[in-house]
Amino acid sequence: MSFLASTAAQVVELAAEAEVDPADAKATAGASSAGFAYGLAAIGPGIGIGYLVGQAVQAMARQPESAGQVQTTMFLGIAFTEALALIGFVVFILLKFA
Amino acid sequence: MSETSPPVDRLEGPSPAAEVALDIAKRGLPVLPVGMIIGAIFAELPGALSVAFGMALVIVNLLLSAALLNWASKISFAMVASAALGGYAMRLGLIFVAFWLVKDMSWVAIVPLGITIIITHLGLLAWELRHVSASMAHPGLKPKQSRKGPRPVAAGRR
Repeated sequence: MSFLASTAAQVVELAAEAEVDPADAKATAGASSAGFAYGLAAIGPGIGIGYLVGQAVQAMARQPESAGQVQTTMFLGIAFTEALALIGFVVFILLKFA
Repeated sequence: MSETSPPVDRLEGPSPAAEVALDIAKRGLPVLPVGMIIGAIFAELPGALSVAFGMALVIVNLLLSAALLNWASKISFAMVASAALGGYAMRLGLIFVAFWLVKDMSWVAIVPLGITIIITHLGLLAWELRHVSASMAHPGLKPKQSRKGPRPVAAGRR
């Protein structure tokens, strides 16, 4: 976060030197920071879903008779993990558009 | 010498993921008017409409996820992994596009929409998880059997 804040501050300073409206520069820096944050927020769930599905597929291959239960648990696990990405998305839209 | 079972690489029969997603959608429908009333209290008509849009977004997202997994599980386990990760990226993109298309419309209130997406997603999942957990731990307590037939069974390579 400090990296993003320092980058935003640098952008505002450069804009001031280049005679660009600081408000525009700040909005631009805010937009890019929000995009960074959303992208970073999507990485964790991606890793989590990959691990979860890998283990579920392994379980279904090892114990086909319990495939139904495994698939139910896998679906719910994917949906819960995806909630993290959705929270990142909502924070992004709140920061950017609210 | 014992026989080895044939390799298992796909599932046949109805998908439990689709059943769970449909169940979640059914649970979401009665909650919709309550959410719209709460949205209307805080942000009037735009609040109510944004809550409805947010809930529709979440339910369609879950149904799409289940449909993709259901389709992929009939093909192969490798396709399940592809559909899960590819579907995750695709659905995040679709949610962003859906939001982008409506963000400037007069009936959209951003804050109720965002809050609705999180609360509906987590709330409906927690509700469903409670039901599923009870069914798994105590199968006899399950309200009724699926009308779509037996649970999926594994199938070998053709």
